[in-house]
Amino acid sequence: MTLANIEAATTQTSASSRRALRSVLASKTATIGIILIALLLLTAALAPVLAPYDPIAQDINNRLLPPSDAHWLGTDGFGRDMLSRIIFGTRPSLGLLALVIATSLPIGLIVGISAGFTGGWVERVLMRFTDIVMAFPQLVLALAFVAILGPGLVNSALALTLTGWPAYARQARTEAAAIRQSDFLAAAQMGGIRGARLLFGHVLPLVLPSAIIRVALDLGGIILAAAALGFLGLGVQPPTPEWGAMVSDGTKVIFDQWWVAAAPGAAILIASLAFNLLADGLRDILDPRRD
Amino acid sequence: MSSNASSAITATRRPLGRRVVDSGRAFAVWFGTFLLTLFGLLVITFALGLTSAADPALHRVGEHASEAVYQQARHNFGLDQPIPVRFANYVWGVLHGDFGISWSSSRSISEDLARVFPATVELAVVAIIFGATIGIALGLASALKPRGLVDNILRLVSLVGYSVPIFWLGLLMLLIFYATLHWAVGPGRLDDIVQYTITWHTGFALIDTLWAGDWASFVDALAHLVLPASVLAFYAIAGISRLTRAALFAELGKDYVTAARARGATQWQIVMGEAFPNVAGVVVTIVALSFTVLLEGAILTETVFAWPGLGRYLTAAIFVADMPAILGATLVIGASFVTVNAIADLLTKLIDPRLRT
Repeated sequence: MTLANIEAATTQTSASSRRALRSVLASKTATIGIILIALLLLTAALAPVLAPYDPIAQDINNRLLPPSDAHWLGTDGFGRDMLSRIIFGTRPSLGLLALVIATSLPIGLIVGISAGFTGGWVERVLMRFTDIVMAFPQLVLALAFVAILGPGLVNSALALTLTGWPAYARQARTEAAAIRQSDFLAAAQMGGIRGARLLFGHVLPLVLPSAIIRVALDLGGIILAAAALGFLGLGVQPPTPEWGAMVSDGTKVIFDQWWVAAAPGAAILIASLAFNLLADGLRDILDPRRD
Repeated sequence: MSSNASSAITATRRPLGRRVVDSGRAFAVWFGTFLLTLFGLLVITFALGLTSAADPALHRVGEHASEAVYQQARHNFGLDQPIPVRFANYVWGVLHGDFGISWSSSRSISEDLARVFPATVELAVVAIIFGATIGIALGLASALKPRGLVDNILRLVSLVGYSVPIFWLGLLMLLIFYATLHWAVGPGRLDDIVQYTITWHTGFALIDTLWAGDWASFVDALAHLVLPASVLAFYAIAGISRLTRAALFAELGKDYVTAARARGATQWQIVMGEAFPNVAGVVVTIVALSFTVLLEGAILTETVFAWPGLGRYLTAAIFVADMPAILGATLVIGASFVTVNAIADLLTKLIDPRLRT
C-alpha cells in the first residue's frame, strides 16, 4: 500500500512534468524564448571562439569608430571592439543570474518548506518575516548593499539574493502545506523517516518543480537588476566587459557615437526578453483559466 | 457581484459588534506589519553602516590625526558604545530627522533629502498619471477584443516594457527626441534662467510656477517633465495594462457575464458596464503597486535625465562613496516604497470583501 502510494505520487509527477514540457514547446513565445536562451548560453560558452578581437585589448588609434566591416558594432572609447565585448558580456550577466538563483532558491525552499511542513507558530513567524522582506525595495537595497560592501560579481549576487528569496519561500510554503497531510508522507514517517531526510528527500522533490517555474518568471528581472548595478558602476569591475557598465561608458558620447551605448543596451534587452518570453509561455500554461 | 452571491454573504454575516472588533484587529495587524517593516529597514541600513569598511571617525579627523584625536572623534560619534546602544541612538536620530552630515558636502543630509524629495514625487506622480491612463485604456481595449490587434500589440508592448533596461530607454529617448529631432528639451528639471528665478514654496515646480502665475516657467517645467515621465510611464504601462487585462479576463469568465451575453449584451456593454466596475478595486491596487515600481525606476531615470531628485542624490552619493548620504537616501526611498506598498495592501483589504478577516 505505502509503496504503491509513493510510486503513484512519483509517476504522477514525472508524467505531469513531461506533459508540462510538451505544452511549453507548444507555446510559440516560450519556444522563441528557449531558442534565444540557448543561443545566449552558447555565446557565453564559445565567447573566445566567436569574438573577433580581444575584448580588453585597447587600440587608441581606433577609438569610437562607427560600425564597419572590420568592427561590426564599432569600437568604444578605448578602441576596443564592441562586438567582442558584447559577446564576452554574456558571461558576467549569465554568471550573476546563476549565482543569484543558486543562493536565493535554496533559502526560499528551506524557509518555505520548514514553514509549510511544520505549521503552527513556526509557520507564522517565518511567513511574517518573509512578507516583511518581500515588502522591501529590491533595487534600492541592492544598490546600498553593493555601494557599501564593495562592487563585484559576488556582492551583486548577494545583494539581489537579500530581497530575492521571499517569492520562492511563499510558493514552497503553499506547496508544502498542501502535501503536509498526505498519506505517502505519513507512510514515510511510519517507516522511520523524519527530520531533514523527510523534508528534503520526500517533500522537496514535490515542491521543487513549481519553485523552478516560479524562478523562471523572475529571470528577466534579475538580468535587468544586474545591468542596473553595472550601469551605476557597482557590478563586475572594468576592464571586464559588462553590458550595464558598457551602456554607462556610452552615455558620455551618446549624442555623437550613439552605438557605444545602443549596442550593449540592445544586448540587455534581448537577454531579458528571452527569459521573459519563456516566462510568458509558462504563465499561459500555468493559468488554469486558459482556453 | 451577482445578487445570489451577495445574499449568501448576508446570510452568514456575523453580528455588528463582532465585525467592528475583527476589522479593528485586522487594522492593528496591518499597522503592526507596516511598523515592523519600517523597523526592518532601519535594521538593514544600520547593519550596512556597521559592516562598512569606512570609518566615520577616521573620515572626520583624517589619516594623519593623532590617536587621542581619533579616539575623541570615535567618542563624539558614539562609536565606542555597545552596538545596541548605537542602534538605539541611530533610530532616535532618524525619528528626529537626523540622518547625519554628508561626507562630500558637509551639509545636513536630512535638509538635502527634504530639498530633493519633491522633485522625485513630482516626476513619479506625473508618470503614474500617464501610465495609469494609458495602461488601463490598453487593458480595456484588449478585453473588448480578445486576441484582436490591440490585444496582440499590448502583449508585445508589455513584454518589451518588462525587458527593456530603463536607463537605456531614457538615453535613446534623449538621443532621438532631444538631440536628433529637437522635439524635447534636454536633461534637467528647469532651464538655468528659470532655476534661479523661481520662488519655491512646495518644492513642486509645476505648482510653484503656477502659484507665482509665471506661465513661461510653468511651460518650461512641464517641457522638462515630458521625456523622463514618459520613460517612467512606459515602464508602468507594461504592468498596469497586463494586470488590468488579466483582471478583466478573469471577470469575463464568470457566470453573470455568460448570462449577460445570453441576454444579448454587447462586449462593450459587458466590459464597460459590468466587468470594469467590478475590477475597479483591483485596478486601484495595481496602480498603487506600480507606483512603488516607479519609485525604484526613478533612481535610474533621474540619473540619465540629470533630474535633481532622490534617485540622483543616491547615485551621486554612491559615486563619491558618501556613506551617510547613501544610507539616508536608501532609508527615505525605502520608507516611501514600504508606505505605498502598505497603503496598496490596505486598499486591497478594504475593496475586496473576500479578503476581509
